[in-house]
Amino acid sequence: MGDLVDIIIIGAGPAGLSAAVNALTRGKTVRIFSNKENYLTKAEQVDNHLGFYHVSGKELMDKFKEHAEAMGIKIEEGMVVNILPLGESFMVNINGEIAESKKVILAMGISKIKELPGEAKLLGSGVSYCATCDGMLYRGKNAVVWDQSKDAWEEANFLQSIGVNVTFISKKPQPENLSNDIKFINGSITEIIGENTVEAINTGNETINTDAVFMLRDAVAPTALIDGLELDGNFINVDKHMETNISGLYAAGDITGKPLQLSKAVSEGLIAAQHAALQIDKEEN
Amino acid sequence: MTEKIKIINNTQEFDDMIKQSRYVLVDFWATWCAPCRMVAPVIEKIADQYSGKINVAKVDVDEQQELAIRYGIQSIPTVIFFKEGRIASKEIGVKPMSSFARMIESNIA
Repeated sequence: MGDLVDIIIIGAGPAGLSAAVNALTRGKTVRIFSNKENYLTKAEQVDNHLGFYHVSGKELMDKFKEHAEAMGIKIEEGMVVNILPLGESFMVNINGEIAESKKVILAMGISKIKELPGEAKLLGSGVSYCATCDGMLYRGKNAVVWDQSKDAWEEANFLQSIGVNVTFISKKPQPENLSNDIKFINGSITEIIGENTVEAINTGNETINTDAVFMLRDAVAPTALIDGLELDGNFINVDKHMETNISGLYAAGDITGKPLQLSKAVSEGLIAAQHAALQIDKEEN
Repeated sequence: MTEKIKIINNTQEFDDMIKQSRYVLVDFWATWCAPCRMVAPVIEKIADQYSGKINVAKVDVDEQQELAIRYGIQSIPTVIFFKEGRIASKEIGVKPMSSFARMIESNIA
């Protein structure tokens, strides 16, 4: 298990990096994890962020990263699978590695995750979000891996290597490095079928019998990450300090709601980090 | 690890335990499972807090496959609360202390 740090930040967009910079300036130790490209990099032109007129989203994002890196912040690659509040600290599972911190800031941006019919009901009963976490339970059985992230083929290969009989379903062409033993289907999943456990999936064209479905997305939905997290519509409910209903857990940026704008994300990252830092100081004195 | 947690070494031990004890909370886990390592300290706290009221046990699903199959364990950690030998409540995945406390409180007289 990693050492206890002050603040773990999930997401390295404008909100996450702003939180990291502000936590550091308050003398706190941070780890920051990211698993995807930020939406900002896709904005052709940004004109409403004070001090920067007529710049592309990518230029800004590069500058934000440069700023953070100049302060010694290292963005770590990894997807967060679970967060567990322990009262005075949190345990965070990043692709099977457990990290521990006093506070956590969620800054993963808006989740475009659309749950499939049957997914929520069968989560933990054949539906899994983490191949390295649950894979061993399906040795000698059939599993479907649904490719929705850039590293899904690696996890599919891992499953096959430990003795799971894998079928890989992807909208994209077959990945070059996908193991030859894995059956490849070009398509998607429309439904997960099963009463108490997963029995089959539907691709729209055919029904495939399977014992498990590994849904490998770029991110896990916030409510599946942490038990009991309160939402406000599709967004995470926060107070004016950007703290969620779970003490010590903060959220900042697009994930907390509209306006989905850069300047709001940056300021929320600051508010969350400064409040978290203040609480840590109070708790230690 | 706290001595209040019983490590189950075979099916017989398990069957004896749920027969003899009125309330047993069982953590199904495995060494390779990261979420299980997150839940482990929470289960220890539960064992301390409810010491004398309930029994707490751990079952390694790799070593005790018979039990894993019997209870249909498909994702770990799975925590099952047994009351008089029967499943009273089940929690799958990483859950906070309050969830386990709730499953105990709502089932003990």
